[in-house]
Amino acid sequence: MSDKEMNKIANRQVMCEVLTEAGKKSKDLLVLTSDSRGSASLVPFAEALPKQMIEVGIAEQNIVSIAAGLAHSGKRPFVASPAAFLSMRSIEQVKVDVAYSNTNVKLVGISGGVSYGSLGMSHHSLQDIAVTRAIPNLQVLLPADRHETKAMFQALTHSDQPAYIRLGRNPVQDCYSDANYGFEIGKAVTMKEGTDVVLIATGETVRIALDTAENLMKDNISCKVLNIHTIKPIDKEAILSAAKETGLVVSIEEHSIFGGLGGAVAEVLSEVADVIHKIIGIPDEPAVTGTGLEIFTHYGLEPKSFGKIVKEMVAQKHDKTGV
Amino acid sequence: MNELQKKALEIRKDVWRMIKNAKTGHTGSDLSCADILVSLYYHVLNVDPKNPKADDRDRYVQSKGHAVEVYWAILADKGFISKEELATYSQYGSRLIGHPNNKVPGVEMNTGSLGHGLAVSVGIALAAKLDQRSYQTYTLLGDGELAEGSVWEGAMAAANYQLDNLTAIIDRNGLQITGKSEEVMRVEPLKEKWEAFGWQVLEVADGNDIESLIRAFETPHEEGKPKMILAHTVKGKGVAFAENVAAWHHKVPTDEQYEEALVSLNQQLEVLEK
Ligand SMILES: [Mg+2]
Repeated sequence: MSDKEMNKIANRQVMCEVLTEAGKKSKDLLVLTSDSRGSASLVPFAEALPKQMIEVGIAEQNIVSIAAGLAHSGKRPFVASPAAFLSMRSIEQVKVDVAYSNTNVKLVGISGGVSYGSLGMSHHSLQDIAVTRAIPNLQVLLPADRHETKAMFQALTHSDQPAYIRLGRNPVQDCYSDANYGFEIGKAVTMKEGTDVVLIATGETVRIALDTAENLMKDNISCKVLNIHTIKPIDKEAILSAAKETGLVVSIEEHSIFGGLGGAVAEVLSEVADVIHKIIGIPDEPAVTGTGLEIFTHYGLEPKSFGKIVKEMVAQKHDKTGV
Repeated sequence: MNELQKKALEIRKDVWRMIKNAKTGHTGSDLSCADILVSLYYHVLNVDPKNPKADDRDRYVQSKGHAVEVYWAILADKGFISKEELATYSQYGSRLIGHPNNKVPGVEMNTGSLGHGLAVSVGIALAAKLDQRSYQTYTLLGDGELAEGSVWEGAMAAANYQLDNLTAIIDRNGLQITGKSEEVMRVEPLKEKWEAFGWQVLEVADGNDIESLIRAFETPHEEGKPKMILAHTVKGKGVAFAENVAAWHHKVPTDEQYEEALVSLNQQLEVLEK
C-alpha cells in the first residue's frame, strides 16, 4: 500500500453512482429498498430519481416478488437489501419469482459476509454463495474493489439475466488501477502470473491474495492470482488451466468453507488428476463477532496467516512431486 | 349469461377428463374456482390468444397455482394452446405441468408455491401506475393460502401504493387439504381484515354464480384502493359427491365416479339448453 492512497470509497457508493447515471438515461431502471437505502448508500439515487426509487419497507419476501412483477412488465429493477436476509428470508421468492419465472431482477446483497461483524450470526451472510449458486438461471457475482464494482454494475445495467451480487459494507483497497480492464460477466481475471501455486479469490479476499502473493516473492514462491468475480457461471477454463500450470490451488473466501467459492472450484477440479486444492474460508460454526478485520484475522483471512498456509502447501507439493 | 354457464360446465367436463386420464390433479380446487376463471376469461379480461404478449393486455396471475387443470382447459378453449395438447397434461416432457408454467402462451408468471401471486401482481400493477398504462391486473388466491405471511406483505403494499388497478379474488371454499380452513388456521374475519389493510372488499355470497361474480368485477374500484372479491364458493362444485368434501382436494376419480360426474354435468347442460 506504500505507493497508493488508502481508498475511502465503498463499493456500494460506486454502485449508487453507476445506477444513478444509468437511471437518468432510462426511466425503466428502478431501485427497490427494504428500509435499506441508507445502508445501501442509495440516498443520492433516491434524491436524483425519486420516481425510480421504490420503498417496500422491511419485507424481504415482498421486495423480491414485487421486483419480479415489475421486471415482468418491462422494468429493470435492482433490489438492494442486506445479504443476510435477501439470500435467506426471500430465497424462495428468488427461486420461483425471479429464477424460475425468468424475470430480469438484479438482487444486490449489501453488507455481505461479515460486514456486520459485531451483530452476530443473524446478520452475517456466510452461506449466500452456496444457496444462490445452486439455483438455476441465477448468476452470482462479487466485485473485488470499487473499479470492478463500476465495471460490473455497468455490465449488469445492460444484462437481461437474473443475478445475485454480494457487496461488502466498508471500502476495500484497490486491486485495479481503473475500471477499463475488459470486465466480462463469467470471465475470470488473472491478476498476477505465477508458477508455484494459484491463489483463487473472490470479492474482498482478492486484495488479500494479491498482498500474500507479493509477500511470498521474498520467499521465492511464485503465486498466480485468479479473481473469480463471477462464481456462476464459473470460468472453468481459467481454473483448469491455472491448476494445470501450477498443480496447486489455494482458494480463499469470506464465506462458509461449504459450498462457496472453494466448493465451486473443487467441482471444477474434480475432473482433473494431480491437483491439490485447499479451501480457506469461515469454518462451520457461528462466526466470532468483532470488526470485520478482527473476524478476518481470527480465521486467518489476512496475508500473514494465509501466506503461511500457502507456503506449507507449496512445500508439501514439492515433497510430493520432488520438484 | 346462459352461454357462460354452459361454458363453465364444458370446462368442468374437460377438468374431469384431464384428471382421470393423467391420474393426478386438484379436482376440488379446480371445480371451486371454475366459474371465477370463466368470468375472467370470457367476460372480464382483455387478452388476445393471437397476441398473448400484447402490451396493453390485462394480466392474470394464478396464485393458487395447483388449480391448474381448469386453467389449461380454458387456455385451450380460448385458443392460446390447442385442444389436443390438453391430452399431454402431466405427461413426461409436457409443458402442461401441474402448476402454471409461463412457457405456455397466456401464462404470465410461474406459481405453485403459495403466497407469491399477490406480491408479484403488486409489482405488475405498480409498473402500470409508473408508466400510466391502463391494463388491469388480477390474481386468484385460495383461502388456505391466506395463512402464508407473504400474502399480507403483498396486501399491505397494494394499499400503500394505492393500486386501484389491481383486483384480487379469494376462492373462499372453506376447505383445504386437511379439512375446514377455519379449523386448520383461523383466517376470519376476512372482510374486516382486508378492509383494515386498506382494501375495498366486495363479498359474493355465491361465488359459483357467474352473474354475481361479473357484477363484482364490474363494480368500479374506489379511488386509490385495491379491490378484493371475497367469493364464497363450493369446493368440488358441480358434481354432488365431490361437493364440500376436503378429500376431493386432489382426489382422482374412479371410472364409475368419472361416468357419474359426466352424466351429472351433461344433465345440467341439457337444462341450460332448454
Ligand atoms: Mg380452499
